[in-house]
Amino acid sequence: MPQQTENEYKEILRQYLEDQSEQNLYMGEAFSRKLIERDISPEEVISIHKSALKDVLPGLPSKVWHSFDFLIEMMIRYGLALKEHQSLVKRQEEMQLEMEVAAKVQETLLKTKIPAVEGMDVGYVTVPSRIMSGDYIYFVGNDKDEAGVAVADVMGKGIPAALCMSMVKFGMDSVRHSAEGPSGVLSVINRIVEKSVNDSMFVTMMYGLYDAKNSTFSYASAGHEPALHYRASENRFVELDAKGLLLGVSQDARYEEGAIVLERGDFVAIMTDGVTEARTPEGFVEKETILEIISSVKDRPAQEMAEHVFAELDRMQGFRLQDDFSLVILKKE
Amino acid sequence: MAYRSSVDIHTEWDIVAARQLGRNEAKKVGFGTVDQARITTAISELARNIYLYAGAGKIEIERLNEGGLFGIAIIASDEGPGIPDVRKVMEDGYSTSGGLGAGMPGVKRLMDDFRVDTERGKGTKITAIKWLR
Ligand SMILES: Nc1ncnc2c1ncn2[C@@H]1O[C@H](COP(=O)(O)OP(=O)(O)OP(=O)(O)O)[C@@H](O)[C@H]1O
Ligand SMILES: [Mg+2]
Repeated sequence: MPQQTENEYKEILRQYLEDQSEQNLYMGEAFSRKLIERDISPEEVISIHKSALKDVLPGLPSKVWHSFDFLIEMMIRYGLALKEHQSLVKRQEEMQLEMEVAAKVQETLLKTKIPAVEGMDVGYVTVPSRIMSGDYIYFVGNDKDEAGVAVADVMGKGIPAALCMSMVKFGMDSVRHSAEGPSGVLSVINRIVEKSVNDSMFVTMMYGLYDAKNSTFSYASAGHEPALHYRASENRFVELDAKGLLLGVSQDARYEEGAIVLERGDFVAIMTDGVTEARTPEGFVEKETILEIISSVKDRPAQEMAEHVFAELDRMQGFRLQDDFSLVILKKE
Repeated sequence: MAYRSSVDIHTEWDIVAARQLGRNEAKKVGFGTVDQARITTAISELARNIYLYAGAGKIEIERLNEGGLFGIAIIASDEGPGIPDVRKVMEDGYSTSGGLGAGMPGVKRLMDDFRVDTERGKGTKITAIKWLR
């Protein structure tokens, strides 16, 4: 090791042995930072100490010198543990970077465009609780009189959920939406997920199709959180649910289909459990509270509504989402 | 020009003998106390692996002189089961004592050169070299 380090150490040690002041110790502390910066291992520090002491306090009994050799032996594994730690930290940083790139890839992969449909105002928000999302929103439409929307939630979070999500996206891209209808789409996606995803992965999904020709909204659900239908004429919410098993459980699961007619001012809210199971330190946010939040902005455009609900629930959870959050609002103008 | 000597590993006590041989040779080459401790720690790890996973084998120590460059080689060999996945074994945090910096990655860090030859069912030969600076 460099002679300079040894000389510096010797000087600080000599001064400390002279007057044992806090000032000396402070210098020692500062010097230990330098040692770490210079990548000097614990066993080398003992060795530096030993040779410095040989100059400063010669004539110590030989057993004292042997004791330092013993201490060096003691420190070898500490040095190794430190090196391993440093390399693991570096690996973690690399993984973090990789994750960020993967999240960007996912963002591009899951990009979706709100379809333009006569008389229908659509808005949505989807925010992952961690770097990668297990929620998925997918729109299709003919930009005339038909719009389909899927909201899916993969159980689990992070990378496994994100990978599974790509399967769902692949399925969505290959299915013929308007010919299959909501329950048909879910059946197709179910078979894809069942085949390609392992047994411990489950996906819930709500699929809805709006037909502007007769203002009908038909829907099917694979074990997903019920959607909400706001009826303007009665000023109340009705839950929209349809029987159906989670995706990926059984090849031949069947999906019930429901349909409603949307009147002027009505809207449908489809969400994941990141919305309905929002948690504050005091416990779950009451369903009533969530309905109140949605109601309070019912006259605003769909996108503003979705953003407001997110902002409120985010605030209530101290800006730390417990779960991926997704909400779609389809509003009849 | 090389000088080679060896210790057979059958029992845990043979690990001490291998360390002793390694330390003596390291001193002869001219290594200081810190490097002596590093070399013997590497020998401990390799000898213990032989004892634990192969049952028996040997540790050879060779003093090296390559054109004026002096060094020491530890050659740990056995005819045990071999190491199935060397790549995994060389990953930090994989050894059973993970997080303590020991195991094969530790040996690699303690030494300058490190080489594993292993074959399933045939055995393992690990060569680790440290050069005198
Ligand atoms: N000579 C050998 N023959 C067969 N397998 C070996 C041999 N040496 C190591 N291994 C295998 O490689 C693995 C990793 O060895 P390594 O020394 O890195 O860690 P460890 O022995 O498991 O734990 P540690 O050494 O930290 O106490 C061992 O668990 C063992 O399975
Ligand atoms: Mg081991």
